[in-house]
Parts: sequence; C-alpha cells; structure tokens
Amino acid sequence: MRFDLPDTPPGAEALRAELRAFLAEASRAWTPEIRARSWMGFDRDFSREVGARGWIGMTWPMAYGGRERSGLERVVVLEEMLAAGAPVGAHWIGDRQSGPLILRLGTEEQRRRILPGIARGELAFCIGLSEPDAGSDLANLRTKAERVPGGWKLNGRKIWTTFAHKSDYMIALVRTSPAPEGGSRHAGLSQFLVDLTLSGISIRPIRDLAGADSFNEVTFDDVMLKEDDLVGQEGAGWAQATSELAFERSGPDRYLSSYPALSQGLDALAAHPVPGAEVTVGRMVARLSALRGMSLSVGGMLERGEDPAVEAALVKDVGNVFEQALPEHLRGLLDPEDSPAELRALLAALTQLTPTFSLRGGTREILRGIIARDMGLR
Amino acid sequence: MSELRGILVEQVERLVADAGGVAPLREVEAGTFPQALWDGLSEQGLALALVPEEAGGVGLSWGDAAALWQVLGKHGAPVPMAETMLGAALLSAAGVEVPDGVLALGEKGAPFGRHAAHAVKLDGARLTLHPVEGASPGANIGREPRDDLALGQRSAAGILPNSHGPRALRQGLALIRAAQIAGALERILALAVDWANTRKQFGRPIGKFQAVQQQLAAMAGEVAAVQVAVSNAARAVDARGLAEAGFEIGCAKVVAGEAATFGAATAHQVFAAIGITEDHELHHFTRRLWAWREEGGTDRAWAGEIGKLALARGGANLWPDLTARDA
Repeated sequence: MRFDLPDTPPGAEALRAELRAFLAEASRAWTPEIRARSWMGFDRDFSREVGARGWIGMTWPMAYGGRERSGLERVVVLEEMLAAGAPVGAHWIGDRQSGPLILRLGTEEQRRRILPGIARGELAFCIGLSEPDAGSDLANLRTKAERVPGGWKLNGRKIWTTFAHKSDYMIALVRTSPAPEGGSRHAGLSQFLVDLTLSGISIRPIRDLAGADSFNEVTFDDVMLKEDDLVGQEGAGWAQATSELAFERSGPDRYLSSYPALSQGLDALAAHPVPGAEVTVGRMVARLSALRGMSLSVGGMLERGEDPAVEAALVKDVGNVFEQALPEHLRGLLDPEDSPAELRALLAALTQLTPTFSLRGGTREILRGIIARDMGLR
Repeated sequence: MSELRGILVEQVERLVADAGGVAPLREVEAGTFPQALWDGLSEQGLALALVPEEAGGVGLSWGDAAALWQVLGKHGAPVPMAETMLGAALLSAAGVEVPDGVLALGEKGAPFGRHAAHAVKLDGARLTLHPVEGASPGANIGREPRDDLALGQRSAAGILPNSHGPRALRQGLALIRAAQIAGALERILALAVDWANTRKQFGRPIGKFQAVQQQLAAMAGEVAAVQVAVSNAARAVDARGLAEAGFEIGCAKVVAGEAATFGAATAHQVFAAIGITEDHELHHFTRRLWAWREEGGTDRAWAGEIGKLALARGGANLWPDLTARDA
C-alpha cells in the first residue's frame, strides 16, 4: 500500500476556471434532486455540451476524438463536475470505463466506430456484470455467448444494470466456455460490446426505493453478435474486467457523492448558527481533504501506468463511509425548519441514495476482503 | 519518495530497530533516557536535519522530516528527536545558534523536558532560548516524560520570519504528532495482522474469519488516510511555509486523531485479552496513540478551527478554497 501525492498538472487553474464558468451557467437549471443524483443523473443534452468542450475522453488520441490531455487534467474535470452535482451519468461510464477498455483492448474498427461518439457525449454505455445469481460472487455468472457461424449467439440475463434502458451499448461480461473442471471459474469469460438496439434484447427498468428508474433487468434471447463484437481476448474477460476496477474505484465519484449538501449545509449553518457545529464541519472538511489526496495519489499512479488495485479499494472504502456519513452529520446539526427548502430537498434525495454508495462498484465487504488479502490475511 | 529520503528513512529505521524493539520504550517509561539511541541518531546529524545547509544543517525538506517522524512513531518515538529537529529549525530560522542536545519545546508539559539542557519558547514572532534549571516531572498516558520546567533567563533571542508565523511551535508539534501517529498505526496494524494469522481459535487462524478481516481492512483505510494527510501537510509547509500550512496541518491532526482512536480500539479488539497485558508490546503503542491525539492540539480543537473558517468563508468557497491550495 503506497500513496504518493502527484504534482498539480500545468494549466489546472485555467481548466478549473473554464469548468466553473461553464457549470455556473449550466447549473441554473438543476433541481436539488438532479444535484443529489450527480453521476446517477442522465442528461444527454448536458453530456453533448460537455463533449463539445472536449471534456469527455480527453486523454484519448485525437484520432479517436480525444484531446490528448493528461489523466490528472481529466481528474480536474471529474472533480469540478461532481463538486457541482452535475448530471454526468450519460457519459460517465463511457468516459471512465468502456472507452478506456476499447482504447486499450479493442480492435481498430471498434475504436473508430465507438470512441468518437463517446467523446462527443453521444454514445452512452452501461456495464453488464451482475446477474440474478451472481452479485458479489460475480464469477458465478451464467449469461453465455456461443460461437455460431459469423459470430456469437448471446443468451441470459443481467440485472441491476444502471441506465441500460437509456444507453446505446453495454459492455457485457459473459461465459464463452465452461469453467474447467476443478479449475478457476475466472477462466472462460469474455467481454462483448453489445448494441442494445439488437433484436432479442429486452430491457425492464426496476424502480428503485426513491421512485426512480435507474437500474434494469436485461434479457438476451438468441441475440446475434458479430465476430468483432468481442472486446479483447476470448477467455480473458475476467482479467480485463478487473483491470478496469482501479479506474472505477479510485475516482472522485467515490467520495464526492454528497458534496453538494456540505456546501449548502455551510450556508444554512452560517444563517442558523449551532453551537459546536464548527467541530463537525471541520472533521468533514479534513476528511474531504485527506480523501482528495488519496484519490489524486491513485490518479497519479494510474497516470504512470501502475496498477493500484488495492489503493483504489482503500479510496472507495474510506470514501463511501465519508459520503454516507455526510448527510447524517448535517442532519445532526440542522433542524429541518432551519434549512432552506433546497437543502431539505437535497438531503431528502441523498438520504435515499446513500445505501447505494457502498454497493455500487463492489460492496464494502468485497472491497475490505480485497484489502485484507493484500495485507496477508485469508 | 526521493532517493535521499529513502536512504535516511532506512538509516533511522535501522538505528531505532537495532535499539531493541520495545526495550527503549520500557526504559523511557521507567524513567531512563535511551542515551545510546539518542547518540546514534545525533551522530547522523538528525537534530539539525531541518536546518538549512548554509546554516550548518542538513537542509532536509519537511516532507523528508515527516517521513522520518513516521519512522520514529513506528517505533514509539523513544527519544525526542522530532521535537529537537523542530526546535532547531525554529532557532535557526530566527538566527539563533542551535545548542547541542535535547531541546525542550515550551515550558509546561515539555516533552522529555527533564533531559533537556535548553528550552525554546515562542511569544508572537519572538523566539527565545533558555537554560533548563529544574524540572517537575510529569507524564502523559504513554508514560512519556512531560515536564513542567523552571527556566533561567533567556540566553539568546531572535525573531521568526513571517513564513513561520506566531503559531509555528504548535503547528510544528501538530505535524510531528500526526506523523508519529501514522507510524504507530502502521506498526499496530502490522502487529494485529501478524497476530490474526497466528492465533488459532475454532481450529483456524482468527484472520480467516471475515469479521476479523473486515475490521483490519477498515483500519488499513484509516492508516492510509493519515499517511496521505501527513504527506499533504508536509508538502504544504515545503511549498508555503509553516505559517500558511495551518489548514493542511490541522486536517492531518484531525484525521490522525480520529484514526488513532479507531485504530487503537481495533487492534485491541483483534488482540483481545493478551493485548491488554503489561508484558505485551501493543500497549506501548496504543497508549502513545491516545496521548499523541492530545498533543499539538486535539482533533476537536483543530476541527473547530477548520470548521469555523469554512463556515465564515461560506459554501460557495469551500471547494475553490480547497483546490486553490494545491501544490
């Protein structure tokens, strides 16, 4: 376990200023519910505007619609978007995971077909991992793709797939050959680029406790995939999918989910002073600063091409605890009648979202298992 | 980590580890000064580590120093080398010649004060050096000497530059204690992991139980958070000077204090009864963790300062203020 703070990339100040000006304008239209949902909010118009400014896929080569900026500059963009509570869900997965996967392991054809659309904010992605009998035990998944003349035939079911009903593509992890007898269940899995408009795919939104449609059940019934819908190597899907996780788990999206409430809470507390509130606020700010340092450190390691899988798990675990506790800390300080309507609405929405923070992207228990194993336990 | 830092950390690590595990800690708690260890570290020029080369010192960065303090903390800091490094750095910055030997910081509850020939006091920007004429012995719950001193007339005085500020002593001490907490936490985490892999119950090592794994993993997260907060604080001092690094130092002390509380409790839970026996090594570290939380400003005090400032600046400034401090 090692964390080294990176230097701030040159031009970060100017980039932040540009983002803040853009977000100040765009945020006028956002309700507290939109801010609370942040990267769980899906707004294609907003994503297209972000894409037009060159802030999606910004580290990718120009040839694929990227801007060839550094990974740490990209972090600046992510931080500013999340601190503002921007509805970035329509491009978040493509920028964070699917695009980088295709860039790294996709064919030239896949790169040219997909990446420019992601970078423009036009192509939305979802990640097909969980299944009814494969949650934390992901290797137990049953959805399978069989080789047929001209391609693959896909059958099975994915569940809890965020934004499947609004996305253009899914990166699906499926079984392409049976797990070897007595061997690793991680063998025989492959990743596919699945066009969600293909026939044989049915997508059923599952309403969540807040009354929102964000996740789905996706059923594949003899869906015909082309030969080159395979991403990367046949049978290497497990390693490919888990190597994305350091990117998925270390970003500011793992500790900033509740940030807009902290910012508004400060103003409510300034208007209605509560004795001793400054101590609770100071503890939150100190945590925020430390978590930002941890996340940036992992960002620096990723930029150098290292594989900080365990460090990323630590960021997500500590970050999730923070972002879940934040609304409760505010609740402990502010009576509802002392809070402006906007903060009340924000906290109401966040309260209903917080359980997901330590579930999405790997549960707290799975992450702590990864950390424990790295320390030599298990 | 720079190459120099790596070499220094290794040297200090070796010197302190060779002093015999927790033996020096037991000595300190029994009222003896681990003179040989002090001499060994002094011979490396450590006392003048933060004094610039042109003033006859080693010219280490605060980042390097914090890494060394972390190593000292990992071994329970049996000698007041960190305090002496800070005292020497301030004296030198104020243009005062640094005397040999242990430097006491302040006059009330001075760490290892009875072993110091000189004490450093700060009043506003005015720094004074005094001979120690007597000590009324005291101790924290780590049973480390914390003595009220009788000081003689000042033997030298100087003005600290603005870059250090009137709170240089408190801030420096807060950074020292935060770094030592990071080191001590790293130590007890390693001890607890080792124990979990060794101690068998129900026919297997207790580390095989998820309930134990999950606790230690959560503790690892806290240890990481303190380490990053300490690096961030030391880097802020290097970039802007002590006076302008109060926010980062405060954040480090807050996170360190919280993590010390959580980490000590977790380690004791994993060690169970054996861990609270006098013969066991764990308590030398956990008692120091509980004591170091209180020194250089408690986490509550620092959080209050940080929170008050954040409330005064308002919600719209919180994020821009945070990013504007990037080094």
